[in-house]
Amino acid sequence: MRVKSYEMSIQDFIQKVEHEFDQITPGTLTPESKIKDHFEWDSINALVFIALVNVEYDVEINAEDLQQSETVADLYSVVETRKQGAA
Amino acid sequence: MGLFSIKGCRISGLSACVPSGVRYNAEYEWISPAERESLIKTTGVEQCRVAGAGTTSVDLAFASANQLINALGWKTSDIQLLVLVTQTGDYLMPASSNILQDRLGLPKDCMAIDINSGCSGYINGLAVASALVSSGKISKALLLTAEIPSRNTSPTDKSTFPLFGDAAAATALEYDAESAGLWFNIQSDGKGYDTIMIPDGGMRNPVNQAQSFAMLQSAPGIVRNRLHLALDGMKVFNFSLREVIPNIRSLLIAAGIEQQQIDYFVLHQANKLIIDSIRKKMGETPEKFPLSIKHFGNTSSASIPLTMVTEMRGKLTTQPHRLVLSGFGVGLSWGSCVQETDSLCIPELLEI
Repeated sequence: MRVKSYEMSIQDFIQKVEHEFDQITPGTLTPESKIKDHFEWDSINALVFIALVNVEYDVEINAEDLQQSETVADLYSVVETRKQGAA
Repeated sequence: MGLFSIKGCRISGLSACVPSGVRYNAEYEWISPAERESLIKTTGVEQCRVAGAGTTSVDLAFASANQLINALGWKTSDIQLLVLVTQTGDYLMPASSNILQDRLGLPKDCMAIDINSGCSGYINGLAVASALVSSGKISKALLLTAEIPSRNTSPTDKSTFPLFGDAAAATALEYDAESAGLWFNIQSDGKGYDTIMIPDGGMRNPVNQAQSFAMLQSAPGIVRNRLHLALDGMKVFNFSLREVIPNIRSLLIAAGIEQQQIDYFVLHQANKLIIDSIRKKMGETPEKFPLSIKHFGNTSSASIPLTMVTEMRGKLTTQPHRLVLSGFGVGLSWGSCVQETDSLCIPELLEI
């Protein structure tokens, strides 16, 4: 199996996030985007995000992971690290 | 003994009862209209039933049991076991099952017990009741599940109040030597005891004038006291997604049944996001995961039979089906059951 480049993988991730959250206009997120400029981690958003990564990447993340991630790339790196840890 | 099978018992019928009072989440003024919309979309709960003042779990369970006894044409004198699953009984003591034994006119040689179990309660109750029936000494038994969480959730807690609804259900079990039986996989993890709990009012933290009633804000939109139900939504969510699927997979392997042979997966109606996520991870279609949460919310131990009555009645009363039932939550406790049903007696949803 061909391993996806980081660039492709994070773009995949961004597309999934933009698709899941109606309040984010598709095409506006970049790896450098600050999460708080786009939306709040209120309890519902947090649950929806946790569900998304659990279903799509089969990894478990928690409230602290969300709070500690400043940018989209930070968030993606939590998912990647968890994924490698689980493998 | 997480995994076990129980032979010699069959399920003959089901009924469910809800109070007629309705509360709509679109009118939940504690949070902003935008937040209401996202809450409804994510949890799937549009409305809940609420018992009026003076109506209790015992009242709902009584109505549901009575309806089922009449629909089956059972004689109350033949019922030798009553198992009531509830975490909102009428009194701290005695057990509400004793009150129901008398109110239903069941004989004095009917064993009546309460089981303190919530979201996984229907599965726990089914295991206990069917195991006792399988002894062959009890020919007819009733499993009742009844909850009125509207009494112990804080109206100013957006993480609980809009999600939980009141309901009761009754299940009729009979001894049947020919029955294919039921397979169970029941697990627990008390390390997570504080994930869903009411901290005060028991004997560890008796009601305390100074502390129990103080309304405190633990997060924005979450204001409650120590006699209210507290729930850590994210922990519950991660727990459910971690434990339920392996539990069901092990159950099916033990029972020698392929996932594709299951007609329906009836899951505890915790919230729509949890059920949808579990379903997607299992690679199943929405048709195989019936949902009643839109109309009734999370009704704890009543949610599985309530869903079978309101969403599956036409099918379950006429055709044979192979079902997986799965409950998960407070305890933490979780369990699944696989069973074959055929032409169940299911009266229409009762409203009182």
